[in-house]
Formats: sequence, C-alpha cells, structure tokens
Amino acid sequence: MNLTLGIINNIHDWLFGVMPEGMAAIVEMILIALVYLGIFSVVGLFLVLMERRVAAWFQLRIGPNRVGFQGLLQTVADALKLVSKELTGTTKADKFLYNLAPYFVIISSLMALAVFPFTKDFQAFDINIGIFFLIAISSIGVIGILLGGWASNNKFALIGAMRSGVQTISYELSIGLSLLTMVLIAGSLQLSEIVEVQKNGWLIVQGHLPAIIAFMIFMISGTAETNRAPFDMVEAESELGAGFHTEYSGMKFAYFFLAEFINMFIIAAIATTVFFGGWLSPFGLTESIPWLGVFWFLSKTLVLVFLIMWFRWTFPRLRVDQLLTLEWKYLLPINLVNMVVMAFIVWLNLTIQF
Amino acid sequence: MEVTSVNNNFKSEEYCINMGPQHPATHGVLNLLLTIDGEIIKKVEPDLGYIHRSIEKMCERDSYQQIVHLTDRMDYLSSNINNEAVCLTIENALQLEIPERIKVIRTIIGELTRISSHCLWWGVMGMDVGALTTFFYGFRDREMINDIMEETCGARLTMNYNVPGGLMLDIHPNFVKRVKAFVAHFKTKIPEYDSLLTENIIFQKRTKGVGVLSKEDAISFGASGPVARASGYSCDVRKYHPYSALDRVTFKESLMTEGDTFARYQVRIMELWESLSIVEQLVDNIPEGESRVKTNAVIKLPKGEYYQKVETARGELGVYIISTGTKSPYRLKFRSPGFSNLSLLNHISVGGKIGDLVAIMATLDLVIPDIDR
Repeated sequence: MNLTLGIINNIHDWLFGVMPEGMAAIVEMILIALVYLGIFSVVGLFLVLMERRVAAWFQLRIGPNRVGFQGLLQTVADALKLVSKELTGTTKADKFLYNLAPYFVIISSLMALAVFPFTKDFQAFDINIGIFFLIAISSIGVIGILLGGWASNNKFALIGAMRSGVQTISYELSIGLSLLTMVLIAGSLQLSEIVEVQKNGWLIVQGHLPAIIAFMIFMISGTAETNRAPFDMVEAESELGAGFHTEYSGMKFAYFFLAEFINMFIIAAIATTVFFGGWLSPFGLTESIPWLGVFWFLSKTLVLVFLIMWFRWTFPRLRVDQLLTLEWKYLLPINLVNMVVMAFIVWLNLTIQF
Repeated sequence: MEVTSVNNNFKSEEYCINMGPQHPATHGVLNLLLTIDGEIIKKVEPDLGYIHRSIEKMCERDSYQQIVHLTDRMDYLSSNINNEAVCLTIENALQLEIPERIKVIRTIIGELTRISSHCLWWGVMGMDVGALTTFFYGFRDREMINDIMEETCGARLTMNYNVPGGLMLDIHPNFVKRVKAFVAHFKTKIPEYDSLLTENIIFQKRTKGVGVLSKEDAISFGASGPVARASGYSCDVRKYHPYSALDRVTFKESLMTEGDTFARYQVRIMELWESLSIVEQLVDNIPEGESRVKTNAVIKLPKGEYYQKVETARGELGVYIISTGTKSPYRLKFRSPGFSNLSLLNHISVGGKIGDLVAIMATLDLVIPDIDR
C-alpha cells in the first residue's frame, strides 16, 4: 500500500527479530530521535534562510543568494561558522545555569516537534493528550530564557529575561484557551484524532465565526509566545541590544536562535493541525496517496510561517505595558466569550459539515 | 509591623545602566546613564564627549576656506546647510554681492539635503520602534538624492559644495532633470511612508502622548527645529530670517501643538512636503550666470563680530565669528541644534518606559557629532 510506511514496518520487524525486546525498543527510539534531529536541523536551517529571503523581499533587497543554489547553503555555512566560534562568557556569570539555559530552550522545542502527525501514521508519539502536551512543553522554553538572562549577570539581559517571563506567562493563557475552543468542536485532545475529525471540513470552516476568532487570537499569542516582532520585547534590539542572549556566543547562541525558528514552525504546525486539517488535502484531492500528506502539511505550515514573518517585517514593536494590556484586557476576555459561543454552537449543532 | 517587613522584602530597587556608547538606539557614541526602577525611567544623564574633535578650536587655526570643510563633519546629515551657514557669515562680513544663480542653487541643494536627512530619520525612527523595513524604504529614496549630489558635488555625504563666494563648481547638466525626476518620484513615496508607519495603530499607540513637551519648556530649553515646532513654537529660521533664495518661495511653516512624539514625527513628514514644494518652485527657473564670485586667495574678515543662523534639518544652527582682521577667526562658536535638543531628554522622558525613551530619542533626531563637535 504505502512504500515509506512499509520500510518503517520492515525495519521495526527486523529490529525486534535480531535483538531482545528491550534492546530493540531502545535502538528504535534512538533511531527515531536521530530522524527527528535531522528534521529539526533541516527545518531550522531552512526557516532561517526563508526568513532572510522573505525579509529581503519586503525590504527591496535580494537577500543571500550566493552560497549554493539560491543561497540554500548559506545557513549551513553560518551554522559551521557558529560551531567553530569561541564560546565566551562573563566571568561573574552563574556558570552552571548559564550553560544549562540553551538546552532548556532547544529541548523543549525539539520535544514539541515529536507529536505532530506529518502524515497518516507518520508521527513519533501519538499521545492522547497531544494538545495538552504541546502547551505544557512549550512553556518549558521560557525557563531557559529566564535562566539565561539571569545567569549571564548582565542588566540588559536581565531586563530581557524578566520581560520574557511576563510575556510568556500571559500569552500562554490565550494560546491554551484558543486551542481549548477548538478542542470543544474536535472533541479530542489527540492530534491524530483532531485531524481525522476534519475529514468533514477543516475546523476553521466547521466552527466558522468562533473558529476564525480563535485562529486570530492563536496567531497573535503564538507570535508573542515565540518572542517575535511585534512582540519581541525579549530581544528588542533598539532597546536592549540583544536582550537575554547578549552574553551568549557561538553554538549556545545558535541554540537560542534555532529554537526561535523551530518554535515559529511549531506554532504554525499547531495552527495547521488544529485549524487547517493537518495533512489532509483540500477537498480530499489526494486522499488515496497518504505520503502526499507531508507535502500538504508542510505547505500549509509554511504559508502560516510566512504570515508570521510578514508580521515581523511590517509592524513596529509594542511597548511592554501595551503588550500586557492587549493580553489581559482584550484577548483574554474575547477568548473566554468565544469559548462559550463555541460551546453553544457545538451544543446546538450549528457547525458547518460537508 | 508584619506588613512593613513584607514590603521591605519586596522593595523595588533603582539601578543604573549604561545605554551606550555602543547601543543601537543612541545612533552614535552617546552614553546615557539611565537610572531605572524596573522598566520605568527615573533619570537620564547624557554623557558626552566620545566623539569630540575640537572643531571650534581647529577653526581658530584654519583659513576661512578650510573652515567650511570642517563643518561637514558636524551634522553630517545636513552638511550642505552647515557649509552654507559658514559661507553666508563670511560673505556677509565681506559684504560680497552674491548672484541670484548661486542663491537659488544653494537653496535647492539645502532643501534636498533636508529631505535626505529626513528620509534617513524616518527610516531610523521606524527601526527604533521596531519596524525594520522602514529603514530600507527611507534609504531607497535617500539614495536618489545621494546620486544627484554625487553627480553635482562629487561626494555623497560630505559634499563641500559651498565655498565663500559661491559654489565649488557649477551644477551638472543633468541636475535639473534628475531633481525633477526625484520630486515626481518622491511625491508618490510620502503616502507610502504614511501607510507603512504613520497610520499603523501600534506606531500611534507607541508615540501619542509620549514625551510631551510644552511650548514654554521648548522655549526655555532652547529647543529649535521640528522639535520646537511640534510644541507650537513658531521658530523656522527660513521664515523669520530668510537667507539665500528662501525669501522668494512660498511655503508653510510646519506647526503642531501637541508636543508629543507623534507630533514631532508629523512635523517632519510635513516638512518633507514643504521642502519638496520649495525645490519644485525653484528648480524650473534657475537664473543664468556665474557660479562663483571671485574672492581673495586669502580671505581676511574685517575686525568685528559676525553672526548668521540657518535652519538645518535638526533646527537652528548659529555661526558666531569674532575676527581680529587676520586670516583665521579669533574665536568661532557654533550654536548647534542637537545640543540644545538633547538637554530636553531628561525632562521629557522621566516616568516613561525604556521603549518610550527610544522613541523620544528617535524624534529628537540626534546626530552625535553635531552635539560633540
């Protein structure tokens, strides 16, 4: 039926054939982790290049186009440079926390990547509380930012870290509530289940008005959650220099940098899965070929990533108090009302289904 | 008793950070000593001198022709207007009769310089409030002026185009054509500026009601230029003491009354339109004639004191020369707009957030070499 899945099943059977059961499970886990690390780095490097090209396009420039075809190897070259750079740090930094911080950030975004159904059955970890897991994991990242800012013993970094704490804690509420609104209509927290439900129309269509509002709130708070402009309080180049990662260099800086892009991808991937039918093709065009789901999943995600980049290169930055006003006085009340409206719509069966 | 001890535990503490001399928002080597309480600014102390080059002292050594070249390096964004100020002072002292052609060309070049300076300011303003894209839009249009300058003056930044007695060279044959093309181009671009930044709700929220400067304070702090005009203080030197060909053009003085950051922003956008209209009025009928009046090889000003002020892109630039009749001035003093405008910073930014300070600094439009000289 399916070539790719056939190979995966063959490997699975072979592993369990030649090794004892526990050993085979461990080896399989390591193999899957390596595959995801590969996906992670390719996605990260590609998104950095995409950001630079998109930015250039908005800014009347060309962007990197010399290293490799259309600059495809540019970020590889940059990554090599960052790996080979000296790791500097402040002498009065809290060494242990300072070194630990980047790993919090990178691990949290890497773990979140595991639960997405890239296509039917292409999912590392089909957990039945997928949405809950995503919200929980994505809030670990902020610990890394807080630690990094605090431990590097720099006042600018400290201000950035404190801002990030305030910002992420506030906007997590909106992310959670807007996703819960969609869980009401999907009837499940499991991501693969949520995708299955959308065979009768994407959830943004099924849930019409409240779903669109939830989508908008999700994109706004998702942008804030990933600390990207117009909510880049944490880095705020013109205010804080580089914010929380002022004192980081080389590969440790690269971890923060890559994690930001992976987080952006994750936000877009959540939106794709929950609102736009995940790997499902529009109108069931290619339903008979499941591996094309990867294509649909990635293209939907990249469109949303482009949207987030569009925000960044168009809007000015909010001030820190305006950021909190937006969340607590506007998004949160709207979100709560929206959730009640959605509950009524599901209860009275007013959803649009094909 | 217990309440006080809890309060003591959570007492917030003021602390001091150095913003600059290497900081993206200070646009040069300005050091601001900030005393802040969390995000709220309690005190701003500008610390100057990182780029002080003793230009005024060097002027006492140099001949009058050489002085002109030093003024380029003060406010490098309005270099032509600085040159013009010194040249006008010297010409007034010598009582030279300047032909109409020179006056008209000087005014056109001066207004083009103002536009190019405001273009750069607009780009950087957007960048300071976080919209990086504006920078490239501002530079795209500034580039056209730079090209015109390159062709006519031979340089793009420090033009040295004015000399005592006229212009270094006559204008390039393409000058009129290219200026007209620029005016037509730029008229379509200012609305684009508005739709990209001015009408943006986040930008308006960031700037409205921030850093309010009253008219009284503007006068008592010696503010000038767009900063003072945004507070309703009518002080355009071009209007009250017209120099060169500015007495024969009609233009409105850009005035606002709010005095906040957004008003200062809008005054500069209005000035772009006014400068365009001045250029447009003059460029079609540049009179024929000499581009330079013959002066002595060694200029010696008669004994006395001379003062001339002009309106640069930042405000009022005054040149004060005391001459003892020798080939270089006994004392030369520049009254630079940036220095007086900087003194406002503590007054209008206390109580705001760090983000407000950056927005205020952007609309004060500081050029650090102009402050330090």
